[in-house]
Amino acid sequence: MFLLKTALQSLIGNGLKTWLTVFVLSLSFVMIILMQGILQGWSKQAIDDAQRWEIGDGQYWSAHYDPWDPFTLDSSTVAIPESFLPMIHQKMLEPILITQATVYPDGRMQGVLLKGIRANQQLLEIPTAGLVGDSVGPVPVCVGAYMARQLKVRLDDEMILRWRDKNGTFEAVDIRIAGIFKTSVPSVDNGVLWIDLNRLQQMTMRPGEANLLIKSPEVGVSQVEGWEYKSIEKLMESTLLLVKTKSVGTSVFYIIFLLLAMLAIFDTQTLAIFRRQREIGTMVAMGMTAGQVVRHFTIEGTMYAFLAIVVGAVWGTPLFWYMSKVGISFPVEAADFGVPMADVMYAVITPGLVIGTIIFIFLVTALVSYLPARKIARMNPTEAIRGKVK
Amino acid sequence: MQSIVEVQQLTKKFPVGTGFFTALKEIDLSFTRGEFAGLVGPSGSGKTTLLNIIGSLDIPSSGEVVVMGNSVSRLTARQAALLRKQQLGFIFQNYNLLPVYTVYENVEFPLLLLNLSASERKSRVLETLEWVGLTDKINSRPAELSGGECQRVAIARAMVKRPVLVLADEPTANLDSVNSHNILKTMLRLNEELKTSFIFATHDEKVIAYLRRIIRLEDGRVVADEQVTPTNT
Repeated sequence: MFLLKTALQSLIGNGLKTWLTVFVLSLSFVMIILMQGILQGWSKQAIDDAQRWEIGDGQYWSAHYDPWDPFTLDSSTVAIPESFLPMIHQKMLEPILITQATVYPDGRMQGVLLKGIRANQQLLEIPTAGLVGDSVGPVPVCVGAYMARQLKVRLDDEMILRWRDKNGTFEAVDIRIAGIFKTSVPSVDNGVLWIDLNRLQQMTMRPGEANLLIKSPEVGVSQVEGWEYKSIEKLMESTLLLVKTKSVGTSVFYIIFLLLAMLAIFDTQTLAIFRRQREIGTMVAMGMTAGQVVRHFTIEGTMYAFLAIVVGAVWGTPLFWYMSKVGISFPVEAADFGVPMADVMYAVITPGLVIGTIIFIFLVTALVSYLPARKIARMNPTEAIRGKVK
Repeated sequence: MQSIVEVQQLTKKFPVGTGFFTALKEIDLSFTRGEFAGLVGPSGSGKTTLLNIIGSLDIPSSGEVVVMGNSVSRLTARQAALLRKQQLGFIFQNYNLLPVYTVYENVEFPLLLLNLSASERKSRVLETLEWVGLTDKINSRPAELSGGECQRVAIARAMVKRPVLVLADEPTANLDSVNSHNILKTMLRLNEELKTSFIFATHDEKVIAYLRRIIRLEDGRVVADEQVTPTNT
């Protein structure tokens, strides 16, 4: 306790130099928490949004379904197993049928993925209610805002849709944009036209067939022949890997801040041990062991971290609050970025993140304070008292 | 009289280049409780070296130094620190006050090492500062004090734990005549009131005038050891 007291007294006695070092250290402390908080927020938002818009509580894929290979879509469209039907009826499983198609907005030609989903589904946030249409007239479809911009279409615009049925026969029909929705999940938006499942099954001559089924949390996981279950973790693998990669990239910034602070502490400690050798000798003469003096200087250096946490808390807390509640806007379209990314990103600052960062900074600071302090143990106290240690 | 320091056949050598420099040669001395003694001699005569060995800051090359029953050469670093912490006080030529601490904190420091309670520390520090006449400076830092005041703080710091023995190395070297006499009178009073032993290393005539025992050193040898009547009391 007395070491803490004397170390803190020494530190505060050092004046402006202490506070400059403390500020730089607090900067890295706040930066680490903030950047990690934003990335955690992104990760959480990406999972939440993907669950709400695309993956539900997991998916069953037909055995040959490969979302990255459109040429397998036909072969992976299979009949929905009977064991799934009651759950589909209770809207706890949502079948999705996917096929390739082409649209002709204003005479232009653009390839799209036509995804069939029940108009009365309640599992995903896609506004599918408008997909119910008359048997005559253009077929209603809905698209994401990014896709609408790509197609240069607005609500109620009409265009021709062309696709191939099960037998390979080309068919065409007029479609109408019945809904445009905004989502942060690009795979729901970019290049996708949503259409009523029953209609798509009729159009492709694939009644009762689907490529995948989206599961609600109420449904347990079961083994079904010809279908493979994909968990949320599996489905989010690539997104989370990207967030992790970003996390490593972002670390560079705060490692630079941290290095600057550590360099300042190391330099201060090294100089202090040379400049304060009379003090060191006097402490030994008064009855401290060399080990105690080493601890004194190590604690003194580590106190920078303590002060940085106090200072960081003073100016960082409002910033954390702002980033958690108001968030930060990114000038990046989620669909351009390729992964779920909201317009406004909120930092998620958890106690674990704060405590983990505090422990990390304390350990690093203690280490750089200890390294120069080790010299004290080798110091001759009689020379140190006279300030003669070289 | 009870012996507190026994020095027998003490020799101290320091490595210099490829050889050795002998700072102390076969010294035999004994100090009893309540002494006000001085190691007197020119620079390089071995005064400080002898003081450092008695203070267990250094060890003999040969011979034996026993301080309050502890053989200095056989003490571990921890035991030597314990001896200094509990029994010895040091006063240095350059005061060696801890610059970022206030007067109060400087004087309190040895008591923190002894793990005394806060109330005990406070009463002892204030009492000691009263002895040296610095109660009005308790919140000042060393940079705000005169040389005489700094040395009085150093005396208070050495005395606050009521040591058996105070080792003072050239305590008046940086002080003017008036301050030197004030300091010496303070130490003499503490010696008489608390029976604390003082051993000085000095060549200052002002200090010598207060001593009751003068041990003259030349080239690392004791050339005279005499009880004297202080000319200045």
